[in-house]
Amino acid sequence: MTSVAAVSERSEARVARRERLRLLLRSPSFLIGAGVLLFWLTCALLGSRITPYDPIFDQTSDLSQRPSTEHWFGTDRLGRDVFSRVLAGSRDILLIAPAATLLATIFGTTLGLITGYFRGIADDTISRVIDAVLAIPLIVLAVTVVTSVGSRSAWAVTVVIAIVFSPIIARTVRAAVLGEAQLDYVEAARLRGERSHYVMFAEVLPNVMPPILVEATIRLGYAIFAVATLTFIGFGLQPPSPDWAVQISDNWQFLAEQWWTVLFPAIAIASLVVAVNLVSDSVQQVLER
Amino acid sequence: MLGPYATEEAVAAYNHEHGTDRPAVVQYVDWLRGIVRGDLGNSLAPPEPPVWDVIEPALVNSMKLAVFAFLIVVPFGILGGVFAGLRVGRPTDRGITVVGLSLAVVPEFVTGLVLILVFSIWLGWLPVTAQWEPGAGALTQVRHLALPAMALAIVLFGYIARITRAGVVEALDADYTRTAYLKGLPRNTVISRHVLRNALMPTIAVIATQVGYLVGGLVAIEYLFNYQGLGLMVLQAAQQKDFTLLTAGVLVVGVVYLVVTLIADIAFALLNPRIRFQAAE
Repeated sequence: MTSVAAVSERSEARVARRERLRLLLRSPSFLIGAGVLLFWLTCALLGSRITPYDPIFDQTSDLSQRPSTEHWFGTDRLGRDVFSRVLAGSRDILLIAPAATLLATIFGTTLGLITGYFRGIADDTISRVIDAVLAIPLIVLAVTVVTSVGSRSAWAVTVVIAIVFSPIIARTVRAAVLGEAQLDYVEAARLRGERSHYVMFAEVLPNVMPPILVEATIRLGYAIFAVATLTFIGFGLQPPSPDWAVQISDNWQFLAEQWWTVLFPAIAIASLVVAVNLVSDSVQQVLER
Repeated sequence: MLGPYATEEAVAAYNHEHGTDRPAVVQYVDWLRGIVRGDLGNSLAPPEPPVWDVIEPALVNSMKLAVFAFLIVVPFGILGGVFAGLRVGRPTDRGITVVGLSLAVVPEFVTGLVLILVFSIWLGWLPVTAQWEPGAGALTQVRHLALPAMALAIVLFGYIARITRAGVVEALDADYTRTAYLKGLPRNTVISRHVLRNALMPTIAVIATQVGYLVGGLVAIEYLFNYQGLGLMVLQAAQQKDFTLLTAGVLVVGVVYLVVTLIADIAFALLNPRIRFQAAE
C-alpha cells in the first residue's frame, strides 16, 4: 500500500515540476534573461577562439582608435581591440560569481540549518554574530576582509564574497527551517531515533530547497554586482584580465577622450546583471506560486 | 608605513611605538577601552591625527550626499510604486517593475559612469567631480552633488517602487477597501484615505533598511566622483593599511546603520496606531 501511495506522490511531484518548467518557458522575461546569459556563457567558454583579435596580447599599432568597421568598439590606449575584450570579458566573472554563490549557499545553508534546528545557545550566539555582520554594508565588509587577507587573487575574491554572503543566506534558511521544524514529520523522525544530522539534511533540507534556490539565484546577481564593484575600486580582479570591470577601472580616467573603452564594457556588465535578475525573478515567481 | 626598504630595527621600533608588537587580544581590549572613553585612537598615516578629526568631515559630506539622494528617490519611488500598483498587471505596471528592478541591480559605478558620460561630457551640463572648491555656495554644492545623488537614486528607485507597489496591491485587495467602496465613497477618497495610508507603512521600513545599503553604495560612487566622504575614506584607509582609521570607519558605518534603523522603528511606531496601542497595553 505504501508503494502505491509513494508512486502516485512521486508522479504528482513530477507533474508539478513539469508544470513549473512550462510556466518558466512561457515567461518572456525568463526567455530574454536566459538568452543573454547563454550568450555570455558561450563567449566565456569559447573565449579567444571567437574574438576577432587577441583580447590580451594583440597590440596593434592603432592606439585609442574610435569605433570603426575594422574595430567595432574601437581600440584602447595599448591598441587592444575593445570588441574582442568585451567578448572575452565575461570569463572571470562567470567563474567567480557562481563559485562564490555556491560556496556561500553551502556554508549559509549549513549555518541556517544548525541555528534553525537546534535553537538555544548555538542559535543565539551565531544569530547575534550574523546580525552584527549584516549591520556593515557589503562592500565595506568586503574591502575590510580583502585588506586583512592581503591577497587579491581570483580565489581570494571568491572566498571573500562567499564569506560576506553566507550570513544573509543563513538568515533566510534559518527562517525557513523554523517553520519546518515544528511539523509532524520532523517530530516523527526524531521519535524514530534518527540522529539530528540525518533529520536536518535528509528530512528538513529537501523541504526548504525552494527558498534556498530562490535565495541562491538572487545572490548570484549580487555576487556579480559585488565582484564588479570590488574590481572597479581596485580590490578585486587585476589587469591584464580582460574582465569588464578591470577594463573600466583601467580606462575611466580617460572617459572624456575615449568613451568607447568604458561605455561598452559598462553596457556588458549591465546586460549580464539584468539578465541574471530577470532569470531569478521569474524562477522566484514560479516557485512561490 | 615605513616603505619596503625599512630596516628591521626601524620596523620593531615602529611596532613598539604603536603597540602593534603586543598580542592581538591585548590590542583589542585596549581598543575597546578607548571606544568606551570615546577615544577611537590616532590615524597611522602621518601626521597621525586623531581619527575622529578625519571621520567627522567625511561623515558630514556623506550625509549631504545621502540626504540629497533620498530627497530625489523617495518621491519618485513612491509615485512610481503607487502608479504601478493602481494599474496592477497592465503594461505600465510590468514596465515600471521590470525597469525599476533592472536599474536596481546594475552596479552604481556603471550607472554613474553613464551619467557622467551623458550629462557632463556629452551635454556639458554638470561637473564631472563631486568635490567643490572650498567655500563654495549651496547652489554650487548642489550642482556638484547632482550626478552622484542621481546615480544612487537610480539604484534605490526599484526597491522603493517595488515595496510601495506591493503595499498598494495588498491594500486594494483588503476588506476595508471593499467596505469603503461599498459605503459609496468616491474612488479618489478611497485611494487617498484608505489605500495609500496603509500602503505606505512597509515603504517606510524599507527606506530605512536601504540606508545601510546606501553607505555601501557610497564607496563606489564617492570613489568615482572623487568625493571626500565616509566611503572614500574607508577605501583610502584600506589602501594605505591605516588599520585604526579603517576599524573606526567601519565602526562608525555600523553605528550609523543602527541609529537609522532605530529612528525608522520609532517613526514606524508613531505612524502606525496598531503598534502604538500594542506598546501602551
